[in-house]
Parts: sequence; structure tokens; C-alpha cells
Amino acid sequence: MTESWLSLIQQAFGLLFSLDPGTWSIIGVSFNVSLAALLLTLVPSMVLGFILAFARFPGRWTVINLVQTMQSIPTVVIGLLAYLLLTRMGPLGDLRWLFTQKGMILGQMLICAPVLVAMSQAAFTSADRRAWETSRTLGAPWLSAVWVLCRELRAPLLMAIVAAFSRIVTEVGCSMMVGGNIMNVTRNIPTAIALETSKGDFAQAIALGLVLLILALILNFALGTLRGKSEPRSH
Amino acid sequence: MFKFKRLINIALSAALLASLGTVFPALANSDIIKLATTTSTENSGLLGYLLPKFEKETGYQVQVIATGTGKALKLARQGDVDVVMTHAPAAEAKFVAEGYGWMPRGIMENDFVILGPINDPAHIRDSKSAAAAFKAISKSGLPFISRGDNSGTHMKEMAIWQKAAIAPEFSGYTSVGQGMGKTLQMANEMQGYTLSDRGTYVAYKNKLNLAVDYDGGKTLANPYQIILINPKKYPDLNHKGARALSDWLISPQAQKMINNYRVNGEQLFKATYGK
Repeated sequence: MTESWLSLIQQAFGLLFSLDPGTWSIIGVSFNVSLAALLLTLVPSMVLGFILAFARFPGRWTVINLVQTMQSIPTVVIGLLAYLLLTRMGPLGDLRWLFTQKGMILGQMLICAPVLVAMSQAAFTSADRRAWETSRTLGAPWLSAVWVLCRELRAPLLMAIVAAFSRIVTEVGCSMMVGGNIMNVTRNIPTAIALETSKGDFAQAIALGLVLLILALILNFALGTLRGKSEPRSH
Repeated sequence: MFKFKRLINIALSAALLASLGTVFPALANSDIIKLATTTSTENSGLLGYLLPKFEKETGYQVQVIATGTGKALKLARQGDVDVVMTHAPAAEAKFVAEGYGWMPRGIMENDFVILGPINDPAHIRDSKSAAAAFKAISKSGLPFISRGDNSGTHMKEMAIWQKAAIAPEFSGYTSVGQGMGKTLQMANEMQGYTLSDRGTYVAYKNKLNLAVDYDGGKTLANPYQIILINPKKYPDLNHKGARALSDWLISPQAQKMINNYRVNGEQLFKATYGK
């Protein structure tokens, strides 16, 4: 390596604070895609998590195990699946979503849905069933009883959201395969770091790594604050 | 708590707004040209130098998918991209002969070089041919790093092994499955030999402790072609844009730009259209 560590980190901060358009476009793509995937998956996943926690129906056990399996599949395998779906020869080929942000969003939805379902199911299961039953017998409409429950469980539910978001905003395999790493279009933080490292240019890779690091710090400290409030205070 | 809720509300609405833009963008995208090409044209910086000029003149936007030649041709074969630019004459001829590609145009060339440790421990500098150089490397017991990714460079490497009548299975042979840049770095770390296109090598030279241990000869010429995709196979691709790009690349202006492109003071590609 010809450059010193210090100068690399200086360059990295330079890229971030000089609002280098290339670097910030990559950050924009990352957030755009991952937030869209998260928002599109959020409600259906949590509803499914709720149903799995509260309802008893045939096939429930199978669904739970399928969700758990999906959660432990590497993102490259999901990427492969999304690629095969989206290539022109695939069943969804007519959408022409390969190498677009829409394709990446689809792939990331497949990655974050199982996390959201499993973690929200755990949250709903941990809830006091009596709170739910009481509000229902007191005549609360279905929806507002759910709302009460969600407020009660905001800390574990937010934790599910943060976990799902971190999984998709950091995954490289699916984004690389389905997005194609096109500059200004589908190049996100993880694929850009992979590319810059393969080129031996580390300044931008470090800048982008810093962004992910700062994001992780913010999310976890915010969660920590929330958890602190909902826990009984110790004397 | 109130503050926190408001924060979440603001964050969620901002995210919703941001995502609407990506989920429902304008449908008409005839301005976008998807170009599948090799890592060498992208990693060497050539496309970053040429394409902005083309985009400014024509209003098209070129989206580059940089991958190995094998995968690039495969993407073109499946109609997943609008146009392809590669460097593997045999595979390209097949692509055209089978009716997927048409109007192949040779736009430029550079050459392949055999890189290795600076002191050339396998003594390939005086080899009579590339095949003889490969033979010496396989006998030396030193590492040979192969792209192993079905790229144009990898295909060329396999052709040379075949010419040397050697099965590339000797102990030092390492197939890494990476792009050219990453392969150069790995060869550098392992101080082994590798086959590279000269363009990528010059672009990476400052970061490497490797030298050109063998070059020259017709075997190591490396011509690049841009090939359009047959509209009969895939009528809905952006054929107009692809044609515009192909026409622009053979224009005297673009050909001159290719000749003028320099990294570290060295010319990387030689314009060849019509030669």
C-alpha cells in the first residue's frame, strides 16, 4: 500500500464533508432501496407475525419453520433466487426489473420479511394475552386493540425493524447480483465498498464504511434509550 | 416520548416520500442504454472518460454493467441488456453466428501481458512464445493466478494453456473467480504470475509490485468489439440508443479520444475502427 492510513482516513472524511456527489449518490441509493423495501414489507410482515402469535390454525407450525429457515438463508442465495425470477427468461422477466432499483427492492424485501415476521411474532407472543382479551371484552374495536398492543410492544417491535433494516442495508450479495452495481443507479454502499476494494482505492470505501458505522451507532443508541424507558427503573 | 414519536413520524414520512420515487418512477425509459461490458474497460477508467461526452452530446444515459466477457455475452443473449462490448473474438463470432448479435464493430485493441515478480524467477522473459512462457511457469512451481471467471482474459489464458498442451492443474495454479483488478492484487500479494490486459495493468501499476515479464506477439493481441443485439430476438430493447452508442464509438472524435486516453502517462488502448 502506497498511502498511509492517516491520509486515507483524511480523504474519506474529505469525501463525506465536501459532499462529493459520487459518494453521496451511493449513500442515497442505499437508503432509497432499503427504506422502500422495509416500508413495503413492514405492515404485511407484522400482520403475519401477529397472526402467528395469536391465531391457531392448521399449517401454523410449517409457516413458522419456513420463516425461520428463510431467516438463515445467506443473502447471496436470495439474490440468486431474485435473479432467476427477474432475468428475462424468468417468471417475472417481463417486468424488466433486472439491474434496476425495483429489482433490488424486491430482493431486499425477501431478505427482511422473515426477520420482521419472526421478531414481531416473538414480540406478540411475549405480550400479556390478558391485555388483549380485556380490551376486546371491554368492547374495543379490533383495530384499536391491535394499536394498544403495538404501543405496549413498541420497544421489541422497533428492535425488529432495526434488525431488518440493518440486514438489508448491509447485504452485498443480492444487491450485486440483482442490481448489477451500476453507477448512480444501483450502486449502493456495500457493492461500492466491494468494488473500490477490488480496485485498491480505499478512501471512498472507508468513507462509506464510516456512514454504516455511524448509522449503526445512531440506531442502537436510539433503541437503547427506548429500552431504558420501557424497563422498570432500578433503584 | 412525544418527541420520540414525532421523530419517528418525520422519519417515516421522509422515507415514504423517498421510496415513492423509486417504486413509481416514470415508465418511459428510452433514454437509458444498458451496456454490458468487461471489467477492463470499466476498471481502467476508459468508460468513465468516454461516456460522459457521449451522454452530453446525445442525451442518452448509459448504465454500465461491468462483468466478465462470458457473463456479458450471456446477458446479451438473454436480452437483459441493450448492447454489449467485449474482447473474446471466438465467443463473439459464435454470438453473432447464432443470430443473437449483429453488426460487430472492432473499435479498439490493447494487448495481453504476462505479469510476474519483478525478478522473474521462472525466467520467462526470453521465452519464444506465450505458450512457452506458460510452460516455464508451470514447471517452476510458482503460483499462477487465473481469473477463473469465464472472462475474455480467462478465455485467452485457457487458449494459451491449450496451445502449450498443459492442463492447468499443477500445484501453483490458483483460480480465483474475480475481476481483473482484484486478480492483480491477489497475484501481487502471492507474488505469482498472471495474465492481464495491459490497460488494467497500467491503471493499477502504482499499487503493484509486479512487472511485465512477457509480452508481444500476435497471440497476445486483444481486440474489443461493440455488438448490437438482434431486434428480431428482442424487439423491445433500446436498439436506437444502442445503435447511437455504436455509431458514436466509431466516429473520428471518439476514436481520437480512445487514442488520447492516458493513465500515468501511458496510452491504454489503440483505436482500430476501419483498420
